[in-house]
Amino acid sequence: MLKQDGIPSKEELSRVLPSEQRLAQGPVVIAECFQRIPCDPCARRCPRGAFSIGEDINDLPRWDAELCDGCGDCIALCPGMAIFGVDMTYSKDQALVSLPFEFVPRPKPGQMALGLDRGGRELGWFEVADVKCGGEGNKTYVIALKAPRELAMELRQIKAGGYR
Amino acid sequence: MRETEILVIGGGPAGIRAAITAAELGAEVLLCERDGWLGGQLIKQTGKFFGREYAGQRGFEICADLLAKLHNTAKIDIWLDCPVLGIYEDGVVSCQKKDRLEKIKPQRMIIATGAAENFLAFAGNDLPGVISAGAAETLMHMSGVVPAQRALMVGAGNIGLTVSYQMIQSGVEVAAVIEAAPQIGGYLVHASKLARTGVPIKTGYTIQEAYGEGKVEGARIMRLDETWRPIPGSEEDIACDAICLAVGLNPLAELCWQAGCQMELIRELSGHVPLTDENLQTTIEGIYVAGDICGPEEATTAMAEGKLAGANAAASLGYDTEQAQAARLAALAELGELRAGPMSARIKTGLDKLREKGAAKHA
Amino acid sequence: MRIGEHPVLDFDRGKKVRIYYNGQAVEAYENETIAAALHAAGIRRLGESGELHRPRGIYCAIGNCASCLMTVDEQPNTRICIVKCRDGMRVDEQRGRGVLKV
Repeated sequence: MLKQDGIPSKEELSRVLPSEQRLAQGPVVIAECFQRIPCDPCARRCPRGAFSIGEDINDLPRWDAELCDGCGDCIALCPGMAIFGVDMTYSKDQALVSLPFEFVPRPKPGQMALGLDRGGRELGWFEVADVKCGGEGNKTYVIALKAPRELAMELRQIKAGGYR
Repeated sequence: MRETEILVIGGGPAGIRAAITAAELGAEVLLCERDGWLGGQLIKQTGKFFGREYAGQRGFEICADLLAKLHNTAKIDIWLDCPVLGIYEDGVVSCQKKDRLEKIKPQRMIIATGAAENFLAFAGNDLPGVISAGAAETLMHMSGVVPAQRALMVGAGNIGLTVSYQMIQSGVEVAAVIEAAPQIGGYLVHASKLARTGVPIKTGYTIQEAYGEGKVEGARIMRLDETWRPIPGSEEDIACDAICLAVGLNPLAELCWQAGCQMELIRELSGHVPLTDENLQTTIEGIYVAGDICGPEEATTAMAEGKLAGANAAASLGYDTEQAQAARLAALAELGELRAGPMSARIKTGLDKLREKGAAKHA
Repeated sequence: MRIGEHPVLDFDRGKKVRIYYNGQAVEAYENETIAAALHAAGIRRLGESGELHRPRGIYCAIGNCASCLMTVDEQPNTRICIVKCRDGMRVDEQRGRGVLKV
């Protein structure tokens, strides 16, 4: 339970995960944002207007499955580091998972990184497809990992260091 | 004796914002800061901020912008390394400046001295290695020093969660975050980003003892039942060389006490706070307060309060322009927005209680 | 120990200097506090309590508490968490309340 240990339950996650249909259509971002706090960069900075907050800045972001094209610009902008990118159509048998990262050393594309789930449990080794700086002056990086589809909704972190 | 229209005491986010706002409205400002640098605790915050105005910016970046603005504002004089020592009956303020006692006679005063971190009672809490979470942050971000190899964090409010995350960024292994309350007190996004690195967040746990030969070598923690009593047999040992305490803050309000401001004990505001009106003026005319001294909150609210106190202090001196009114309304709107969410419920309850005390006094 | 690479910050430590802790040389930097330099050198004990002589270390590190009082260049009761390092500085553990040098 999120409020007890910081790990969202299946039920909590079901409120923010996109439909299977939408996932099958192409890349998306997922805001794992469950608590009303005063915050709005996702809505302010999305180039396609896929997130909206509304009148009260404390409201949870509403995500529009049709407007989001999964570009992932928001991943490194979310102050809560709560937005992830998932592309279930990445290749014939693999998905691409993009996550925000603020540790050193950072992995290099082509290396293998130890993947972790929302509770920090090890999921195995994943190939790093891309490492991207979040923009000028933004020290949050976005790491893209190739993952089997069945782990795309589990993989949310990599262990810093120890890449191979 | 130095005379000034407005004296701002404390160069953290609230004091800096107050100084800028008042000076922009035309008032002559003297800002006294006890340390040799400005920025208070904001200068060492590496996490990204929430809120509207500063969302996405890191604390130290916001601080740099604020300082640039401060130095570009005319009519602000800054005294560093200058702790204010006393406020006297005739409105004279004494401070220590370069090993000398200086006197200041301001027409208005804005006290923005912030808050201090709480301590916690448990066996062995005086062992070297038991440090405040803020101390870990100071060591890491002001001096680039690793605070510990393996640390236990006590407290899962925003400070406990964010400093734990920062420790990982600095190469510390965080053994666990324990929290006596049954639920995490800080933002859940902070908790989640910590949880996915593998740090266990254990709610309903307390620290029973710190042990070690001359310094911390470990901690014994215990689970609490629904009535917050330790459950016998639930002891766990955690090997660590630092125990960081993030168990709340209390307002640094000594100067308000000394000046004779009416003080109220409000649990939701974390201790004794000066009674204020909607302009953040205390019960002593001409003395205003802003920031954590009014009840520890966020740097965003501290800056908004600084703006409010600065505008009101300047307006009361006759700089009561449309611009002052606009600044006042903007600050109030900002505070309203920042405090609208459920995470501000406690502060809002505290502020309501404080206003009730104020109303009772008038009646 | 000092932080090497940091994901967000760059550190401007300034010039390397040497301070003396109870006579023992400690590498330090001029932009860091005495408390930070001693902590980086692995020194946790800064003094002892007055009655029970229990060891004392830093607590708040920003000058609020009085846990880090030491004698610095013969000035007792110096809060070493807010005093920056200077080359040749002598930082000594204090016994008792200390006597102010006038």
